[in-house]
Amino acid sequence: MKNIFTLMILVAFGIMIYPLVNSFKGNDKLPELGNYYAQPENVTKVNSANLVTAVVVTYRGLDTLGEVSILFLTAAIIAFFLKKQTGKHEVRENSEIFTTAAKVLFPLMIILGVYIFMNGHLTPGGGFQGGAVIASAVILMLLAFPEVPVNQKLLSYMESISGIVFVGLAALGALIGFGYLDNAILPLGTFGKFLSAGAVPIIYSFVGLKVGAELSNILVEFKSVQSNE
Amino acid sequence: MNYLLITSIFTGVIILVFTFIAIYQKNMVAAIISTGAVGLFASLMYLVLAAPDVAMTEAAIGSGLSTFIFFYVLNRIRSTDKKKSDSVKNDQL
Amino acid sequence: MEYIALGTGMLVILAGLWAIMTRKNLIRIIIGFSLFDTGIHLVLVAISYVKGGTAPILDSTVCIQDAAQRIVDPVPQALVLTAIVIGLGVTALMLAFAMKMHKEKGTLDIRSFKDLKW
Repeated sequence: MKNIFTLMILVAFGIMIYPLVNSFKGNDKLPELGNYYAQPENVTKVNSANLVTAVVVTYRGLDTLGEVSILFLTAAIIAFFLKKQTGKHEVRENSEIFTTAAKVLFPLMIILGVYIFMNGHLTPGGGFQGGAVIASAVILMLLAFPEVPVNQKLLSYMESISGIVFVGLAALGALIGFGYLDNAILPLGTFGKFLSAGAVPIIYSFVGLKVGAELSNILVEFKSVQSNE
Repeated sequence: MNYLLITSIFTGVIILVFTFIAIYQKNMVAAIISTGAVGLFASLMYLVLAAPDVAMTEAAIGSGLSTFIFFYVLNRIRSTDKKKSDSVKNDQL
Repeated sequence: MEYIALGTGMLVILAGLWAIMTRKNLIRIIIGFSLFDTGIHLVLVAISYVKGGTAPILDSTVCIQDAAQRIVDPVPQALVLTAIVIGLGVTALMLAFAMKMHKEKGTLDIRSFKDLKW
């Protein structure tokens, strides 16, 4: 009986969104805003080969700042809720193959994450992807060596310093550049080379470090409550 | 028929099947793994739709990290339940 | 194929909503929220697709001059990029709350939480 009521709500919702699906014709050309960002004079103004990076870091940089602060708030609330357990958590001994492979793979995964967020203005990738890869490396170590303690102080310092540098670089753009989060405070360089796009790779690298440290912190918090009371 | 269209049709069908499993599978571990699989195939769909940045993020986060967080919470809840010896009850809801 | 992605996304949204409203287990409800997220991202990326477009990354094959004719819309992709990361944070927060609620009542059944019911 209750499910029928729920089904009616769902059907009403479906009728509500049906016109959106029905009237969707597909785009034959770029919408106006995307077309503006793709014009040659606007592309050379930012000089980043990856237009998604250009939108995330400069045009919509304020959204990225808000996103990073939401993530920080989430990590803080989770750390507040999950109290540390002091009891010992007995775990099964991991196999030799797994621990050895984890030791070999951990530095490689960190290097891959750093590569992804340093080349975010040239290839697909950027701060968020690189941070997620770094957090994956951390979770591999957490699974392979559960009893080794993690230096959470280092993670939180890394996160705070990255956040301060991000906001500082953005404010520097307002002081000596054209506006908040302007990337022209550094020379723009040649299009398509590693040293190009001004401050974009630096800002995105610090976003990557911040996201990686925050996600690792959340994972370490969840792992630390595993111990039996 | 081009290959991208065929790939997107397959991916869409697989996403819907895994969504159904994630909602109706009795075993919670299988449901969580199906949720991760939905994220993985959604990242394939993003790649077909010419969005490699979004595909990388979804593959790393949607199918990797969130699955692990679900498993940590499930493990914790099971170990608390085991002491109260009514562990079977919660899995059947 | 953007039609297929759009339809799949809408169906996943409806399935997630169904899971949120009918399931009784708290973890199952959070899985529903996660599916809802994925569906919304699929719809946004499908709407940003341009017929025959390539990824918005300019290199030797897609030069600057004809970029506006050949790439797909970068703006919704950038927004979805941040939305996925926020989705992970929100899912983790909901799971932490679920853990806390289970610690209080010893059950995950949503029907047994009646403290605010009136």
